[in-house]
Amino acid sequence: MKKAILTCLTAAGLALGAGPALSAGKLSVYHWFEYIPQELLDKFAAEHDVEVTMDTYDSNEALLAALKGGKLGSYDVAVPGDYMVEILAKEGMLDTIAAGELANKGNILPQWADVSFDPGRMHSIPYQWGSTSFTVSRDAYQGDIRTTDMLFNPPAELSGKINVLDSQGELLALASIHLGIEQCSNDKEKLKQLNALVQGAKEHWASFISDGAKDVLVSGEAAVGMIWNGFSAKARGENAALEYSYPKEGYLVWMDNVVLLKDAPNRENALKFMDFLLEPENAAAVTNFAQYTAGVGGVDDLLDAELKASPELNPPADAPAGQFVQVCEEATQVLYDAIWTNLKK
Amino acid sequence: MARKTDIRHYQGFLPMTVLCMVLLYGPLIIVMVYSFNDSLSITRWGGFSLRWYYDVFFGLEAPKFQKAAFNSFSIATMAAITSTTIAVAAAVGMIRGGQFRAKTASFALISLPLMVPEIVTAVATLIFFTTIGFTAGYATILVAHIVFCIPFAYLPIAARLEGIENIYEEAAMDLYASRAQAFFQVLMPLMLPGIISGFLLAFVISLDDFIITNFVKGAGIETLPTAIFGAVKQGIKPNIMAISTLLLLLSFVFVTLSWFAGRMGSKNP
Amino acid sequence: MAGPGNSRGFQGVFTPLRYWLLLPSWLVVGFFMVAPVLIMLVYSFLTKEFRGGVIWEFTLAAYDQFFLDRGLFGDEPPKIEWTYIGIFWRSVWQAGLATVLCLLIGFPTAYYIATRPPATRNIWVFLVTIPYWVNLLIRTVSMKFLIRDNGPINEWLLSAGLIAEPIHLINTPVAVQLGLFYSYLPFMVLPIYAAIERFDFSLCEAAADLYAGRWFALWHIIIPNVRPGIVAGCILVFIPSLGAFLAPDLLGGAKNFMIGSLIEEQFKGTAGNWPFGAAASMILLSVVLVVLFFNARNRATQTSGAGH
Repeated sequence: MKKAILTCLTAAGLALGAGPALSAGKLSVYHWFEYIPQELLDKFAAEHDVEVTMDTYDSNEALLAALKGGKLGSYDVAVPGDYMVEILAKEGMLDTIAAGELANKGNILPQWADVSFDPGRMHSIPYQWGSTSFTVSRDAYQGDIRTTDMLFNPPAELSGKINVLDSQGELLALASIHLGIEQCSNDKEKLKQLNALVQGAKEHWASFISDGAKDVLVSGEAAVGMIWNGFSAKARGENAALEYSYPKEGYLVWMDNVVLLKDAPNRENALKFMDFLLEPENAAAVTNFAQYTAGVGGVDDLLDAELKASPELNPPADAPAGQFVQVCEEATQVLYDAIWTNLKK
Repeated sequence: MARKTDIRHYQGFLPMTVLCMVLLYGPLIIVMVYSFNDSLSITRWGGFSLRWYYDVFFGLEAPKFQKAAFNSFSIATMAAITSTTIAVAAAVGMIRGGQFRAKTASFALISLPLMVPEIVTAVATLIFFTTIGFTAGYATILVAHIVFCIPFAYLPIAARLEGIENIYEEAAMDLYASRAQAFFQVLMPLMLPGIISGFLLAFVISLDDFIITNFVKGAGIETLPTAIFGAVKQGIKPNIMAISTLLLLLSFVFVTLSWFAGRMGSKNP
Repeated sequence: MAGPGNSRGFQGVFTPLRYWLLLPSWLVVGFFMVAPVLIMLVYSFLTKEFRGGVIWEFTLAAYDQFFLDRGLFGDEPPKIEWTYIGIFWRSVWQAGLATVLCLLIGFPTAYYIATRPPATRNIWVFLVTIPYWVNLLIRTVSMKFLIRDNGPINEWLLSAGLIAEPIHLINTPVAVQLGLFYSYLPFMVLPIYAAIERFDFSLCEAAADLYAGRWFALWHIIIPNVRPGIVAGCILVFIPSLGAFLAPDLLGGAKNFMIGSLIEEQFKGTAGNWPFGAAASMILLSVVLVVLFFNARNRATQTSGAGH
């Protein structure tokens, strides 16, 4: 038995020793799924002799829940959307980037250099921005798709063939747009309307899937799917019958941002990574992969021609302006949380 | 037994058995077949190809899966060795300990990880590690695996030991062997088939685990099941089928090994 | 225990060491299994913080949320909340159905295998054992692949002209049922096989000599005798099915929730409500312990009954 214990300890020592120590440094990234090309991570790892590990999440709320659940301190950077940057900052989960710490900060496009969700870009840099609405399979439905009715009050033949994102902020904001209610309303009558809308629409929804949002559309499991524009463009690449909609009632826009997390174990490398992502060449690589739009200047000439002309990135002329998801007061947010819990149960 | 109609025979049981086999193997065989599909679209057949196997070993995502495989196998090895060691000691204590007060309670304790639903174990372990301030990582997975592997290692070992009469160790003691000698040189070789089965079972159970690992794994640590799960959520891709086929073959090897361990046992007393 | 000429009296060789030998398992399971469950119990009474996380203040809020409906905004008089009870009921029902289906297929299979001559019997056992050892995730994924709208089964049926529209199974309770049944079928066959293999068939022959029919013998002689194997198989299918996560998650979409997915959602998903997840886990654990308790009591009464 002693021998067995010794073997065990030796194996433990070997296994623990073999893991790290191959590269000089480490970088631990917490990122959305399918949002950065592996080649780009490999390139960063090679340029800076850093071992990069990445975990993924599939909604802003899941990111928040994980960080709240004890993962803060394990990751160096994450990529929350606009409103989540504001929430994470309020929760004190972000580190501050001091002036001069990012050499490429000047590459940020002027309109994204100072934003309401992170005044002065104290904690974040732009990653990509895009829109959230939905995509319809033209094989399944030929009528007018430029209305949020497709999700919340669908034609009978599409009922039960709809997927929505498992994302509280985006789904409830889109439902508010459908009803014409301002976001963060604390009028209980309006909120009851909102609740009734999503409860009623739930009958028509087959699934709440985010990470498989593309797959369910491509495979035909869903005929209508709430989705982000770039992800929809990728879906169209695999199934030409898919069409992204810019509804007349409105839709959501968002910007994802790379943030420096508090208690980052490898703060230096995190800053190097942020600088790396601000290089036009690298930002363009992300854009060509994820098919959204970069927030960094000098990218345009490096983009695939097809991407620049894609219908997902170019809303029709009569489309209204998109709305950002807003951060509500705690007393109001509790009410929205109740609607969401009620919807998911 | 040489009756004209065998009393033990029931009409219709053979078709049921065949149905059972078809149900068990059908999906696995289809995944194996499609792992050799040359087409990018996973459902259309595009000819025979080994490209997805090449992709598993040399493709863009290869390092990720290799790292996950390394984690899986190193954790499974250590968890199986540790839990088997604990289980051997516990089995000798239980089966050779005679009647004692804590016997029923001890058995309940050892089989507890088998009785509690995995999701509950996962939740409890996560909360426990969080409460005592133990950062999730490789070590948390290993500890959790050791615990739930114990009953799987224990059961075959205890079953084997129950079938060994205690005359062997008594004889050794009568010949002035020490207890350690009686155990390591007499009893343990007799128990070996059970120990091997228990070890293999614990190994496979650890390799297999998704739920608990998913709860207690730390930043940047993946095992094969969690890596596969993450990939599958975005759609079943052909490289996943290739990985699945490789794991299937591995299971086949393990069952065969375990089989021979059992054989080895039936020849000994 | 020990032989008559034994110098150690009635003590076995390793008997004096029994507590030392058991100590490691007590410590490991006690520290990493029993203590965590107790801490989980404490957690289920803690307060959920706004936006996730817990505050160490005692509250019954998690159990209140589980059992009572106080209206959308919590300002109405409480009624009984059926949603979570419904999810539990659905899970028990699905797990029960899976157990029955596994038993219907598993018993004849186990019986057939156990009555083969030893050489072929071993091959059959080998065949049943392999899927048992294959990764559960892989088996669930292969089931998902198989029954998808554009999966092989639908493609073949469509191209053969047998159906005009793909059979829609994925994201339905039927798919979850299929997944559970398929996942745990080997768990049913193996214990029943072990019991039948030990069964003394001369009892049946005696019955046949007394002109008992074959099915009479099955029902009144074989099944009562192999009951422990059947019960073991049922428990091995029922308990993991009850807390299953992979089958409902991969085959059921997010709408065909079972307890496992409900709990997972509180920790890994967007809900971030640990106390509620802990409370749901405690309730699930209680259900399982009740099942196991009745099984143990049943067995105890049977043994004592047999003793009279």
